Amino acid sequence: MDVSSFLVQSLNSVQYGFLLFLVASGLTLIFGILGVINLAHGSFFMIGAYLAHWLALKTGNLFVAIALALPLSFLLGLAVERLAIGFLYARDHLYQVLLTYGLILIFNELQRILWGNDVHGVPVPALLSASIPLTEAQSYPLYRFFISIACIGVAAAMYLVIHRTKLGMLIRAGAANREMVELLGFGVKRLYALVFALGAALTAFAGMLSAPVNSVYPGMGEHILIISFVVVVIGGLGSIQGAFVGAMLIGFVDTFGKVFLPEAASLSVYAFMAAVLLWRPQGLFGARPA
Amino acid sequence: MRPIPRSLLGILLVIVALLAVFPQFVERYYVQLATKIIVMAIFAMSLDLLVGYTRLVSLGHAAFFGLAGYALAVLQRDLGLVSLWTTLPLTLVVCALAALLVGALAIRTSGIYFIMVTLAIAQMLYYFANDTKALGGSDGMFLATKPTAELFGVAIFDLKNRTTFYYFALAALVASFLVARMVLASLFGRAIDAVRCNEPRARALGFTTWHYKLAMFTIAGTVAGLAGYVGAAQDGIVNPAFLSWHQSGQALVIVILGGMGTLYGPVAGAFVLIVLEDVAAGITEHWLLFIGVFVIAVVLLLPRGIASLPLGDFAGRLFGRGARKRAAAEPGDD
Repeated sequence: MDVSSFLVQSLNSVQYGFLLFLVASGLTLIFGILGVINLAHGSFFMIGAYLAHWLALKTGNLFVAIALALPLSFLLGLAVERLAIGFLYARDHLYQVLLTYGLILIFNELQRILWGNDVHGVPVPALLSASIPLTEAQSYPLYRFFISIACIGVAAAMYLVIHRTKLGMLIRAGAANREMVELLGFGVKRLYALVFALGAALTAFAGMLSAPVNSVYPGMGEHILIISFVVVVIGGLGSIQGAFVGAMLIGFVDTFGKVFLPEAASLSVYAFMAAVLLWRPQGLFGARPA
Repeated sequence: MRPIPRSLLGILLVIVALLAVFPQFVERYYVQLATKIIVMAIFAMSLDLLVGYTRLVSLGHAAFFGLAGYALAVLQRDLGLVSLWTTLPLTLVVCALAALLVGALAIRTSGIYFIMVTLAIAQMLYYFANDTKALGGSDGMFLATKPTAELFGVAIFDLKNRTTFYYFALAALVASFLVARMVLASLFGRAIDAVRCNEPRARALGFTTWHYKLAMFTIAGTVAGLAGYVGAAQDGIVNPAFLSWHQSGQALVIVILGGMGTLYGPVAGAFVLIVLEDVAAGITEHWLLFIGVFVIAVVLLLPRGIASLPLGDFAGRLFGRGARKRAAAEPGDD
């Protein structure tokens, strides 16, 4: 492997890692603060991608589509939290798994009813359709850079919100001690709904961004969900930092696994997870269980 | 393990008797449907050993179900083994070893991690089967023939006959149930009770709880393998769907729907869910929508499953026994 293709693969790894981070951070945030395991998280990714595809078709512009789809997915997240997840905070994880599994069945079927079983491509916006030449033979699509930059922007915004705002302070406090926050007179219920909807919107945003690269297809949500589980298991549940490191590691393992071991490409990330588990069962950044 | 209430025992025996004569009275389609229900019942029962009795919530149980199917297919194609007497034990050994290996890794974690790790490992097998040409890729593998059951050169029963196959599956279900009861009633079963109710205390008493959990995981994986063997032999094909996480999710739904920690609950759950799916699929192609709503309704309205419905009282009145003593507590409380 020469330097330039190594560079291209590294850029791909980072871009994939960033996308995974958006999904996994939503998952880990919802678990860390709400204590809920959300299998339907991948469905929001799928919904985001399909909304982007559909609205881009209607409006003719991906950016307009994203601007419209974001608030829609946020509202959908709110609705799901109020109508279903909200009943499960005190219940065993088992029931959360089942309920969110039921949600997946519903979302998948609605997707089939609304958009059918076909794979759809989403055109890259003309503004970003160029490629950046790296060497004479290699170039890198501008749109992939855009994905990375957009993800960095979202990650930075998330960091600022969590560490610099009153809302972030409440989120951190709610994660540490729910009763205390309630006693101090803050509506934890509303906070939870907000966090869930934000996590849903974050994942949907990742789906929208990836639509032009990966196209949209039935079942795309489940694939990303399971990979983000791997990310979260590696990074340590509830840790945003862990989600970031885990996402980048998986981005590299997956991309380079496909290059070096194409026949075992789908196994590489799981083998990597098994190795991490043997070494640190609680994940790289997870707290050691008592 | 708490004993089956005597009133319920009556019901169970009546049900088994009904199941035994049932194929004589219905069309072939329903015999096949019943066989499918039995396969899911065995599979869900094996998951109940983990979820209900050990509090290990696995979302990757289909790994062993599918593995058994593929093991049978490979044994037939590559080793030319067709006999029930060789393929069944070999398949179960493969599943037991796989469960030992997966368990050794997964039981290092607990709670929510365990859910994710079991799911990820099952998914790994799914992609492996899906991407490996030698295993037929996404098309899966056909089984050239049903397992043969010969003794000293004489065929004692013929699994090509659908009714015979139904009885074979029914025998597997009854055998799994009895083996599971025996395991749970043994000293090992008592230790498992202790591990479930209070693991730190069991550890303090000197039990290496890790070993007990791993042993249970292996047993459950092996029984799931039996279900997979029967399922694959029935369908005559094994494909990645056998390993998919929808298979695992469906089993988990059945366990909760039926009532976990009962063994007979999952059998009732399998019956209700598969019949419901069959009916819904006859009405609309978007039947999964109904199943999704149904699953959510069960979680919200009937979290302890069908076995928590006062059937025992009803049966008690029917058989005139002391059904009032029906233990209302779920297994976590004994």
